[in-house]
Amino acid sequence: MTLKTRGRMITLLGLALLAGVYVRAIWFTPIERMQGGAQKIFYLHAPAAWSTLLAMCLVGLASILYLLMKDDRFDRFAAASAEVGTAFACVLLTTGPLWGKPVWGTWWTWDARLTLTLFLFFLFIGYQLLRGAIPEPGMRARYSAVLGIFGMVLVPFIHLSVYLFRTLHPQPIVLKPSAPSLPGDMLATLLFSFLAFTILYVGFVTQRYALGAQAKDPSHVG
Amino acid sequence: MGEILRDAWVVARKDLALELRTKTGLVSAAVFTALVLTVFNFGRDPTAVAALDLAPSILWVTFTFAAVLSLNRAFQLELENQALEGLLVSPIDRRSLYLGKLFANLIFVGLVEAVGLPLFALFFNIPIINILLPLAGLIAVATVGFVAVGTLLSALVIRVRFAELMLPVLLLPFLIPPLIGAVQVTARLLSGRPLSEVSGWLRLLLAYDLVFVSLATMLFSATVDE
Amino acid sequence: MLWADGVRHRFGAVPALDDVTFTLPAGHTLALFGPNGAGKTTLLKILAGLIKPSAGRAGVEGGRAGVGWIGHQSLLYGQLTVRENLRFWGSLYRVRGSVLETRIDALAARLDLGEQVDRRVATLSRGQTQRAAIARALVHEPTILLLDEPFTGLDRVAASELAHLVKAFARAGEGRATLLVTHNVEEGTDLATDIAIIKAGRLVEFAPRNARTAEQVGARYRELVS
Repeated sequence: MTLKTRGRMITLLGLALLAGVYVRAIWFTPIERMQGGAQKIFYLHAPAAWSTLLAMCLVGLASILYLLMKDDRFDRFAAASAEVGTAFACVLLTTGPLWGKPVWGTWWTWDARLTLTLFLFFLFIGYQLLRGAIPEPGMRARYSAVLGIFGMVLVPFIHLSVYLFRTLHPQPIVLKPSAPSLPGDMLATLLFSFLAFTILYVGFVTQRYALGAQAKDPSHVG
Repeated sequence: MGEILRDAWVVARKDLALELRTKTGLVSAAVFTALVLTVFNFGRDPTAVAALDLAPSILWVTFTFAAVLSLNRAFQLELENQALEGLLVSPIDRRSLYLGKLFANLIFVGLVEAVGLPLFALFFNIPIINILLPLAGLIAVATVGFVAVGTLLSALVIRVRFAELMLPVLLLPFLIPPLIGAVQVTARLLSGRPLSEVSGWLRLLLAYDLVFVSLATMLFSATVDE
Repeated sequence: MLWADGVRHRFGAVPALDDVTFTLPAGHTLALFGPNGAGKTTLLKILAGLIKPSAGRAGVEGGRAGVGWIGHQSLLYGQLTVRENLRFWGSLYRVRGSVLETRIDALAARLDLGEQVDRRVATLSRGQTQRAAIARALVHEPTILLLDEPFTGLDRVAASELAHLVKAFARAGEGRATLLVTHNVEEGTDLATDIAIIKAGRLVEFAPRNARTAEQVGARYRELVS
């Protein structure tokens, strides 16, 4: 089975699981007492944000490995991961406000997850722009790797900054989804969703990676 | 280690000599800073918002812009007559090249900030004399963070298309965490609060500096060597 | 002496050098000819340590510290004087203090720079800049001289001056080796003890000059390259 086909199958599995998450979240998970039905978007947003974070960390790791071993495959993986991360971040940043406005009355909220995703979005966009501006593949791989490592190292500082900021400036009470304190059904839905998104990430990256390999060497399929 | 620092100083001294010879860079950056501060003044309604509330943000956004502008010239200097090639052929450690540029940039940006700070105090009537020492310390720590990442990224973009535009786009996400910290600490200082309240932020700023200077020093060779 | 052993290099997917192997012993001057894009400059940069080859090894005796590099551009800072440039470049090669000053004066005399040595490089004529660039390459008394198309854009007088200097370099000391990349078959042959021709990344000829004239070398070049 070629890599692309395998990637496609993994993606389909991920999408199926995602559909399952929707079903479970909407019909089979209890409504959270304090926040109501609006809270359920959390089951999609938190794992999506997690996938974006995963994408960035893997870009960073692949970048380190590329600089150490100069294997083009790591560069291709980093590029694929960055693209998928950008896509996930875009989806999160657009669905977040679209959901938020009718439900909470505000388009944007600087909560930890959205803020982190926004930062990751900027980092990913910068990464893509850099790649797009360098025609020569060796230089492109090397420079992207440097930027990728920097991006990954920045993430903990973003976390800390947001955390410190929020401890000093408690946000106005806005109804925004947060982790319910009760485990059980809710926790199960959440974990299920994490799984679905991780599989979706793997599927997309596999496909993108395979596409990249094919572009480089048209005779080599999978 | 001593050799590396000594070579770094040779590089830094050369950059500063070049800068002082023409002065265009310094004057432009200083004028830019003054203009940004002016824009901020006219961009707010003085009856609605007290200067003191906005002051930390104004100061640091101004410094951030000035830093980004200043960093562009760092490696542009080496493009004239291909001097960068000469630097890379010479036996100096690549880390010396990075550290030398870092020193020179710090002094350059420091000079611009030394002009900007009094102007800021003047335009917005902010009393800074009492807190001058801790404020100067804070500015130094935050600036190291800005310039450490900026120096490396400016080396990265000179070989890339649209360098002047790429640098801000790539650099700004990295400047936001130290920026947030600097604004918080400045706000505390201006309202006369003790520094112990913001020890978390100060630790964050110092950690940021340490981590990114080290990282940039390590990765600089990957940036300039082919 | 300088050498290459199985050097291969690719820029991404584009091959630049393919299995280049040779040794140039001390006391020899190699003239390297080849069409545009054949890999001459790439090979030179690998020898100078500017590029790390994809495969194989290459080097010069004495490492980077012993290399004098003369490229298309002057590698000088326009806003500094010749003396200041030479002080900077000399420092990078660990030549300092009174030794450096004496050497600068000696080079200025030998290269007929006279008072130009205290003028800014940007104010010099093309010929004077060329001589200053040579001084820069020689200030640390290298044993290896690498020249990348140095005759480009030089008039007859300047070209013959340069040729004269290259010959003087070769004769001046023990263990000197020179690699000259050039399009100018006349000047190149005149200076060389060995001739090499490179085509599409492969070394297709490497032989002693053996009193061949420029016409003969030119004919051989056309034969191999067309």
